[in-house]
Amino acid sequence: MDEYAQFKVTYFAECSELLSDVESQLSELSVGTEDPEVLHAIFRAVHSIKAGAGAFKYTKLAEFSHEFEALLDRMRDGRIAVTEEGVSLLFRASDILSAMVEAAEGGDDLSDDYGQQILDEITLIAKGEVKSKGSETSEDTTADAGTAEADDEAPNGPSVYHIAFAPKAELFKHANEPLLIVRELQTLGKVQALPSLNNLPSLQAMDGEEAYISWDFILSTEASFEDVEEVFEFVTEDCALKIELQPDQVASQSPVDAAVPTSAALPEPDTATPPLVGAGKDDAVPQTATPVAGGVKGPAKVSSIRVDLDRIDRLVNMVGELVITQSMLSQQTSELPSDSMPNMARGLEELALHTRELQESVMAIRMQPVKSVFSRMPRLVRELSTKLNKKVKLNTIGENTEVDKTVIEEISDPITHMIRNSLDHGLESPEERVEAGKPEVGTVTLSAEHRGGRIVITIADDGRGINREAVVKRALQRGLISDPNQLSDDEIDNMIFAPGFSTAEQVTDVSGRGVGMDVVRRNIQSLGGRVSIQSTPGKGSRFTLTLPLTLAVMDGMIVEAGAEKYVIPITNIVESLRPSREALKKLPNGQRLVRIRGQYIPLCALYNVFNISGARKDPARALVVLVESEEFGTTGIVVDRLLGQQQVVIKSLESNYRPVPGVSAATILGNGKVAPILDIEAIYRISQSKKIIEDDEEDLVFGSLNDAPEGLDHLNDMPPAAQSSMPQPTVGS
Amino acid sequence: MAKKILAVDDSKTMRDMVSFTLKGAGYDVVEAEDGLVALDRIGGNSVDLVITDINMPNMDGISLVKALRQNPAHSSTPILVLTTESDDGKKNEGRAAGATGWIVKPFEPEKLLKVVQKVCG
Repeated sequence: MDEYAQFKVTYFAECSELLSDVESQLSELSVGTEDPEVLHAIFRAVHSIKAGAGAFKYTKLAEFSHEFEALLDRMRDGRIAVTEEGVSLLFRASDILSAMVEAAEGGDDLSDDYGQQILDEITLIAKGEVKSKGSETSEDTTADAGTAEADDEAPNGPSVYHIAFAPKAELFKHANEPLLIVRELQTLGKVQALPSLNNLPSLQAMDGEEAYISWDFILSTEASFEDVEEVFEFVTEDCALKIELQPDQVASQSPVDAAVPTSAALPEPDTATPPLVGAGKDDAVPQTATPVAGGVKGPAKVSSIRVDLDRIDRLVNMVGELVITQSMLSQQTSELPSDSMPNMARGLEELALHTRELQESVMAIRMQPVKSVFSRMPRLVRELSTKLNKKVKLNTIGENTEVDKTVIEEISDPITHMIRNSLDHGLESPEERVEAGKPEVGTVTLSAEHRGGRIVITIADDGRGINREAVVKRALQRGLISDPNQLSDDEIDNMIFAPGFSTAEQVTDVSGRGVGMDVVRRNIQSLGGRVSIQSTPGKGSRFTLTLPLTLAVMDGMIVEAGAEKYVIPITNIVESLRPSREALKKLPNGQRLVRIRGQYIPLCALYNVFNISGARKDPARALVVLVESEEFGTTGIVVDRLLGQQQVVIKSLESNYRPVPGVSAATILGNGKVAPILDIEAIYRISQSKKIIEDDEEDLVFGSLNDAPEGLDHLNDMPPAAQSSMPQPTVGS
Repeated sequence: MAKKILAVDDSKTMRDMVSFTLKGAGYDVVEAEDGLVALDRIGGNSVDLVITDINMPNMDGISLVKALRQNPAHSSTPILVLTTESDDGKKNEGRAAGATGWIVKPFEPEKLLKVVQKVCG
């Protein structure tokens, strides 16, 4: 069926929609909906998946979806009751189905017994009811004398069949057409037709809906008995039919030629005479034969179309190029005297405006509601709460909030993880809750909203809140902090995101899975997002997740070091300043610091990270851009100068070049040059590990911290991560 | 004039495949994603053939067949129902409703064309 291979893409796109439907309908089912349409909808989805699987010969998928569908069928007509176990089985079956679809799409092989356990359970659950499946094939009636012999007959030389065919009125009611049947017989071989008009009543007595004519056919053909039988496939119940193989006759010496009157020989198809053939449906024949007048009503208005993601990506890319070209033009003309070409300047302004609008419109195409992710959560909550013996109600708010498709794909795991965390660590057991004077059922609220060009997702629970004492204790144990008294409540709460905080010890069956909150934070940061937690003891906690709406463009600050230009994501930047010489200090290990408003902040110089020559090395003569990161707090990046803020189109380095340490992606600037977009966490790590190039200039610039004893008072103010990566200075020794 | 066929299926994959095969053979194909849409598209106009899936939202194939048969304009329009190997019962249900014939999914393009020719020439 290679001709159909081109539809596989549509099929898999459709499958993913269907599977997501199944998931959300199953969630409905799990909360005890009485709506019969829910089961029907699940059935239809599985049925559609099965049909495609069959068409593309995904045998395993087809078989599994068949059993799954059969189970659903029995559930929807009440042969199997929809119990809690039943729903849980449906959930698991839908998981297997998803995995199989995925495997089929990826061309992967699954083990033979994959999904077998579910199939066994389906069989088991089906045992409780009477199996009503049987072969009620309609073809049985045609089996007559001659069938058995015909089956064994080798197809050497033409055979002669005698066919007695007497249509009943029902044949016409089903819109079958004897003429077409005769034509189809003709495709098999030579046909002699002998109509019998014996039953034809007088014209007055004739009923337009009745069938009066019958035929005897003599068919000389190479075709098998089954082929002949198949011609009558749709009418076997609507006619008296007898097909007989004439055993000792060979076509060439058929006596039939003589036996059949020439007048009854089959008319040419196009000049067929309806009065005979269509006696029972005299008005129908002209109708099917007449060209359609007016045609079918035009398609109704379509409100959405399905577009290949590649095409949209191409569009996004082209618009990106356009934005770059536009900024190039602007840059060129900004160098001209402002009054030299006022019309052109105005035109360029409009171009800039339209480009921006175009870009926003294109980005909007890729926007999707977060519903697809949110809809998976009720199930997670349901399963987890059962496992943990907790009673939980999940509220979702703002599921129609839209965000770029690429972002959607990335937020599912973090949200899942945080919900797990809320259920496992946040919410108390029903008994504890009652004791604490709270309702027995805990509430988790998952919400999404747009705020300032970003999407904010919060996961709030009304549980016990973060146990700060335990957090501090653990952080001390792990050596993440040295003096807890210096930390605010908020800082303590957010310690749960610190690398190394989650450890194997606290991994439970639920939250565990080997991933700590630090990984969640890192993943979100890699998307240009932030995550934090606010907690009130006894009242609950709230995770707040902020993400850019798109991963295709971002606002960046263009900075220069030497002759090189880099982009620092605006979201990371706190401020930039030129420090006074007195504020620059150095630790004995070579770590450079800058003292700003009483705090020591580690410096990392771009020229050092990227080995740039010709850059200004003296921060007092260069600029320090303070950037903030959840991973290491605040750090100062030393650059030569700031060139300006600009929206930049993000181009992947991995796909266009190769991964570069310290750089998350690249963009093309107005002058056509490529500028790397800095990954500030990576930059910080590189600068920490890199041996600092000592030179005379620097030694003059940086005073030793030992010269500034007052600095010690503030050292503890530094973010814990920065501190931990820095050996404590041994003062006075 | 090319024969006009109305293909009704809620699965776009199926509609695409049916449509592709039939258009390739010179038929005009109009698509609809469920029974209601099909009735809307067909209106009082005639088509030469209706091919319909059975399991569809809003209005299933069986109801569509019944509705078409009740309309004098379509009482003798051939209708094929798409069934799967497993649900033989559906064939009979379709027949009882007035369908002309059936096609068992999955089908090869040749099989589809053959059945289409069988009922509408």
